[in-house]
Amino acid sequence: MIDFLQMTVSGIAVGSSYALMALGMVLIYKASEVPNFAQGEMALLPVFMAYMLIYTYGQSVFAAFFGALAFAMFLGCFLEFAVVRRAKNPNILGLIIITIGLEMVLLGFVSWKFGADQRVMPFPISSYSSFMFGNVYISTLDLLTLVAALVIMVSLFLFFRFSRLGVAMKATQQNETAARLMGIRTNRVKMITWGISATVGTVAGLLLAPVFMEPYMMWDPLLKGFAAAVIGGMTSLPGAVFGAYIVGIVEHLFGGYVSMEYKAVVAFAVIVIVLCVKPSGLFARHYVKKV
Amino acid sequence: MDMKRSYYDDVRLFSSGVTVFWFVALMAFLFFYPFVFTNYYVYMANYIAINIIVVVGLNLLVGYTGQISLGHAGFYAIGAYATITLMTVAHFPFLAALVCAGLIAAVFGFLLGLPALRLEGPYLAIATLGFGLTITTVIGRIEMLGGRQGLHAPDLVIMGHHLTSDRQFYYLAVTITVLLVLLARNITKTKVGRAFIAIRDAHIAAETMGVNLVLYKTMAFALSAFYAGVAGGLYAFVLRFIEPELFNLFLSVFFLTMAVAGGLGSVMGPIAGAIVLSFLDLQLRNILSIPYIGDWLRDLSASYFSLTGVSNIQFVIFGSILIAIMLFEPLGLYGLWIRMKKYWKPWPF
Repeated sequence: MIDFLQMTVSGIAVGSSYALMALGMVLIYKASEVPNFAQGEMALLPVFMAYMLIYTYGQSVFAAFFGALAFAMFLGCFLEFAVVRRAKNPNILGLIIITIGLEMVLLGFVSWKFGADQRVMPFPISSYSSFMFGNVYISTLDLLTLVAALVIMVSLFLFFRFSRLGVAMKATQQNETAARLMGIRTNRVKMITWGISATVGTVAGLLLAPVFMEPYMMWDPLLKGFAAAVIGGMTSLPGAVFGAYIVGIVEHLFGGYVSMEYKAVVAFAVIVIVLCVKPSGLFARHYVKKV
Repeated sequence: MDMKRSYYDDVRLFSSGVTVFWFVALMAFLFFYPFVFTNYYVYMANYIAINIIVVVGLNLLVGYTGQISLGHAGFYAIGAYATITLMTVAHFPFLAALVCAGLIAAVFGFLLGLPALRLEGPYLAIATLGFGLTITTVIGRIEMLGGRQGLHAPDLVIMGHHLTSDRQFYYLAVTITVLLVLLARNITKTKVGRAFIAIRDAHIAAETMGVNLVLYKTMAFALSAFYAGVAGGLYAFVLRFIEPELFNLFLSVFFLTMAVAGGLGSVMGPIAGAIVLSFLDLQLRNILSIPYIGDWLRDLSASYFSLTGVSNIQFVIFGSILIAIMLFEPLGLYGLWIRMKKYWKPWPF
């Protein structure tokens, strides 16, 4: 029983970083209708930026993290403005290919600059210290990730509910033409959505970097986040978070009880099963195409 | 000039004497190629031929049927492992093993096509991607397939001849490639190909007109997987050694890059894409030894980037190619060719 609790808690902790990636993906999917394969690398570049700010330019950790988040905002806006928006009457395949291209370019630059060495990001909290609740351990860093994920979810909820920009984003996502007729600059709204998404992803990246940091570090969170977003239905923010926790918990329980070796791929088995039952995910209303 | 009066005009292999001439010229070039070029270029030709097979198959699925696949490295791996295992364990002759490997891959393609019937867009992308990752993980855990250590290819014997050098292998690879490309070209011109195109353009309308979606979508997956499987079997003998790490996600993306760069929805386009990008790929592996650019890159890397990571420039280049093609010429090299033809036809007017 304690094993079970411990695994569930670890699953939730891992699920939190998946949830951040999934949130970023869903934000972009709702704005531009493209599954963003560059989500991981849009976080990777700012994370390495922070690393550079700390080591090369001798900034403090907090200044570097703040700089990284600001840079992520800029990067997201820039990529939407300079690349995604320029696509000529794109279909979904074309957009997917564009994001794969972006992903390769960003990954190429980062690994060209930093090689494939393992690095460790300096962080105010050691990744070895941990708390104990009853009989269940949770490392401080995991706890911080969990809290950060919750804070971001709540603030995104408040943002979409109460701010003018958030409402404009929701309007753009629901019906772009109508939103534009109501005087919303939909292009600018989309651009800012990309920026916010990159920032959310960067939070996940910064929280993963103290444990292990190398150019391929965002692959696994990206794929799991993508899987989580698909389980949740690609268009629902709560669905993405829910899916991320499902993926995290199932992964850990599977790793503990069935087979450690196949832990990495069980998430994909889960999504294939979910998609066979509900082809548009758990939380999305099934989209019926009008002819 | 291109007036077609019946389907038989469309299906004909050669539309005029000129195409017959070019076809014969191409075959002659392919025949004499190993006599003219050095060993390295023959190896390169083998590599390109194999990529052509995969990309032509992938194009049947992505370009003609409109289903995205990010899992083709999985079929490629199945083909490679199945060929070697059938030869070493079941003592199949090479060609039989190759065909069987293709069929095994096709069965997996059919199975993947079943859930794909209900999925589209991002859902299909993640499902195929998951398939590719799962296959390599599973193969890496099976002891009979060598696990993480990988497998060595056995000697290649065809009708009593031992094929040991790249030159001998070249004729085998090119023959199979030409046959498969002709097959793909014929498929696209017949009822099956038209059904694929109809599904791509409007699957609801296609279904209304009597195209069996279940049959043709799974058939597209199976066909495409067959091509990838055969190519994988050949690839195992080019490398002589295979391990699960070879068939990673980047390989799937690389196949897709070649298909897109060449031009989706044509037969010649992906061939051009495969030739250009495979060539680039092999050249970029030792990028620092390219004349002129190499030295400049070394300086640039040493002062602003790192020398250890310089091979990753190929990601930057391939990514830029993907983006540039999608932004400026969504039909790829084939679209460029068509535009040039149109431009020069009425020249000088």
